[in-house]
Amino acid sequence: MTPWLAAARAVGSEIAGRYADDVDSRARFPAESLAALKERGLLGILVPVSAGGPAADIADVVAICHELGRHCASTAMIYAMHQIQVACIVRHAGTSPWQQAFMQRLVHEQLLLASATTEVGVGGDVRSSVCALDERRGKFRLTKQTPVISYAGNCDAILATARRTAQSPASDQRLVVIPRADATLELQENWNTLGMRGTCSNGYRLLAEGEMGQVLPDAYADISAQTMLPMSHLVWGGLWLGIASEALSRARAFVRAEAKRKPGALPAGAGRLAQATGELQSMKSDLLSCLHQYEQARASEDVLSGIPFAVAMNNLKILSSEKLVRIVGQAMLICGLEGYRNDSIFSIGRLLRDAHSAVVMVSNDRIAANNANLGLVLRDDPELLA
Amino acid sequence: MSDPLKVRIRTVLKTAGSLQQGVEAIRDDSDLHAAGLTSHATVSLMLALEEAFDIEFPDRLLRRKTFSSIDAIAEALAEIGVRDEAA
Repeated sequence: MTPWLAAARAVGSEIAGRYADDVDSRARFPAESLAALKERGLLGILVPVSAGGPAADIADVVAICHELGRHCASTAMIYAMHQIQVACIVRHAGTSPWQQAFMQRLVHEQLLLASATTEVGVGGDVRSSVCALDERRGKFRLTKQTPVISYAGNCDAILATARRTAQSPASDQRLVVIPRADATLELQENWNTLGMRGTCSNGYRLLAEGEMGQVLPDAYADISAQTMLPMSHLVWGGLWLGIASEALSRARAFVRAEAKRKPGALPAGAGRLAQATGELQSMKSDLLSCLHQYEQARASEDVLSGIPFAVAMNNLKILSSEKLVRIVGQAMLICGLEGYRNDSIFSIGRLLRDAHSAVVMVSNDRIAANNANLGLVLRDDPELLA
Repeated sequence: MSDPLKVRIRTVLKTAGSLQQGVEAIRDDSDLHAAGLTSHATVSLMLALEEAFDIEFPDRLLRRKTFSSIDAIAEALAEIGVRDEAA
């Protein structure tokens, strides 16, 4: 176990798990967990050595998300979303002095990064922007209507997409890093949802000014294909696996307790538990295989930008979110009324509500439609072990 | 005189590219993605090129960069053996 994972495990079991129900019931930011993650230096682990970071791998982050997901899904989701932003800067900062200096700050000050990729008026298509960077003499201004910016109230910087110029088409986007101090956030809509309540994903009108060095040099199309999309689906896959594992852990404890009460008789839920355990295994295999695929592809921009890679990462998202909902549902059935209660040690309620976010946060229907389009040109896999 | 291969690519682009501006305003080296070629439209363009030139793009060419400009498309077509001949 890496020291990072050990630290995350301590944060998960000692802090995130303890406050998870309170975070959920009050729909509040998991401040205690995030403070503990910062204190242990876990926010900047992806930053390369050249910028003062320890250069951890994506796999390390996925393992941490999995660990945190077992204890508090909101904490895990905030950590995951933060690391997606960090990965975009790490891979696409180029030699930009502003970005290099920002990465150093990220490590030293353990900055928490939020994301403003969605926008009112684009119908959920993050690859289109209405707002544009208004550039004048090396400075920009930006106004963006966002339906959600998760944990904006507690972050240290926001990464926002915008059209490159006021004349650019909707798909010609850039990603800009906006320190929280340089942004004005006008609250438009409160986050009151079924699950993932601690992410505090309120809607805002975002106003910002800054220098052009804050704009990542690569086109957002490339950042999205090479980093944001695969990274999102991998880290989410990790934390969803954590939620599913925790649900089955409660179901297993329930079945085992029953087996101990009536030795020799197979408990009612044992068959269902075995079936759900198989599904969890397949969820884990999908995640590890896609993680391996990402590690193989990461050195090549061409492979990362290719259609087969995009289809595989999209499938990971669709399949693992569907499996998560099924597995947690099975756990509820296994634990019966004890699982349905909010005050039992076998309670599944919060896990079930958090699990349902997986299919709607970036709607599976939208991703399936993308894959249907890409599928028109996808070729057969040439070889099993290739 | 313009390259006949690129003239044929332009013809395909006109119907399948869904560009914001007319294809006449696009130079051979203009960035098609910056001109509004979305990822969805890239797939349509890819299929239309396969139909027009009676070819199949191999896996390694199924990426955004292949369709980033008229020049890049011509280069990819040349790579898979399409020659400069008038339609």
